Amino acid sequence: MSERTPDDARTVLDGSEIARALTRVAHEIVERTKGADDVVLLGIPTRGAFLARRVAERIHDIEGREIAVGSLDVTMYRDDLRRAPARALLPTEIPAGGIDDKVVVLVDDVLYSGRTIRAALDAMNDIGRPRAVQLAVLVDRGHRELPIRADYVGKNIPTSTTEKVLVLVAEHDGRDAVLITGGHPSDQSGEAR
Amino acid sequence: MNRHLLSAADLDRDDALLVLDTAAELASLTDRAVKKLPTLRGRTVVNLFYEDSTRTRISFEAAAKRLSADVINFSAKGSSVSKGESLKDTALTLEAMGADAVVIRHHSSGAPHRLAHSGWIQGSVVNAGDGTHEHPTQSLLDAFTMRKHLAGGVGDLEGRRVTIVGDVLHSRVARSNVLLLATLGAEVTLVAPPTLLPVGVETWPCEVSYHLDSHLKDADAVMMLRVQRERMNAAFFPSAREYSRRYGLDARRMALMPEHAIVMHPGPMNRGMEIAAEVADSRRSVIVEQVGNGVSVRMAVLYLLLGGAQLGSPLDTATEA
Repeated sequence: MSERTPDDARTVLDGSEIARALTRVAHEIVERTKGADDVVLLGIPTRGAFLARRVAERIHDIEGREIAVGSLDVTMYRDDLRRAPARALLPTEIPAGGIDDKVVVLVDDVLYSGRTIRAALDAMNDIGRPRAVQLAVLVDRGHRELPIRADYVGKNIPTSTTEKVLVLVAEHDGRDAVLITGGHPSDQSGEAR
Repeated sequence: MNRHLLSAADLDRDDALLVLDTAAELASLTDRAVKKLPTLRGRTVVNLFYEDSTRTRISFEAAAKRLSADVINFSAKGSSVSKGESLKDTALTLEAMGADAVVIRHHSSGAPHRLAHSGWIQGSVVNAGDGTHEHPTQSLLDAFTMRKHLAGGVGDLEGRRVTIVGDVLHSRVARSNVLLLATLGAEVTLVAPPTLLPVGVETWPCEVSYHLDSHLKDADAVMMLRVQRERMNAAFFPSAREYSRRYGLDARRMALMPEHAIVMHPGPMNRGMEIAAEVADSRRSVIVEQVGNGVSVRMAVLYLLLGGAQLGSPLDTATEA
């Protein structure tokens, strides 16, 4: 993976702030789901999958129980597939117990337009029927284009649509950080949507 | 990847690995309750088959349907082709019907290339076997099967030894396999009687031998080719029995192979001819698995050719969430 740190990047969350945010999200999941009994965490690759695993570890620390965790690739369900060359697929790993009648918590790095989450809901529909679906994100940057909201938010970061939010995770990028770049009206390419 | 898949040589190492990795992800679909993805909704795939085929046509049909494409099956028998319609006129008809991809099997080598480059149709062309030339998706599913058994399902086939045995002369499978396996770093040895080797085989990226026994003990995979009786219009070997004795894979020969080595066959098999029934049904045989992998690999090919906008390479992917 290429270096994800452009020159004009401003750090909005550092490693320890990300760690605290994920710990708080883990506690909120335990509280809201009354002990996280039936919870399955599904991270959306690439970075959401790593975040899901970290949240699962924290819930394990809190409750002393293994939490089912997996990943869900939404590439084949995206509504913008035909706007770009075919994308490489990313791993989908559904935990052995499946998702039927479970409380699935989707985990992603950035919530923006909401289109990725819509695709994830469609993808899940073909895998099973959860009792409920909730959404946890590290960063909510606003600008929703669909009626979707997050149940657990690490940090709300108001942004302009011309900015980019970049999430770095140590497992994939070598370090933990949330960066904002851009802000120039012409710079709208490659946006994480 | 190009817009078409006409030859295994169209794929460089990165393209080939992208197809195999995509197929590996798509293979998990087989275990799911709903074996369908919405990705090619609204796209039309035409299976244009001028030659008899069971597994390849069914495999492409299943692959396209699992990706939600509309599938039109067109076989030359019982169509206007039997009334003498040319490939061009058939192609123009398909174009008028809005085919986004044409999967073609043809008895003439080069027919897919002609279809792709003539300007008759706008869509992608996938070669599903042309004459004695190439069968690229078969080589992809063979590489996928080898990778799963010999390389832990990841990366390439660097240093793996593959022995391909039999009627290389008439085999599009052998040619595509030699090209793709060389791209993936495998060492290929072709074993055949001199009469069943094509002119120019010495320029292929592989070794050639006339003796099967000496190429079994260091093989990681042994692929038996079908003796193509329908193409045997000359005396290529004295008798079926002699062929079987010298080039058939029986239990004695299988015992010479290393413990981990797998037996492959593109099908349909002539049991008792190039492969003994006890070998075909042994636990080392991955012949049935090859068929299943064929669907995943063809889904990957159709997705990569049709899934995105038709520009550039699917390798320039953004993995933004």
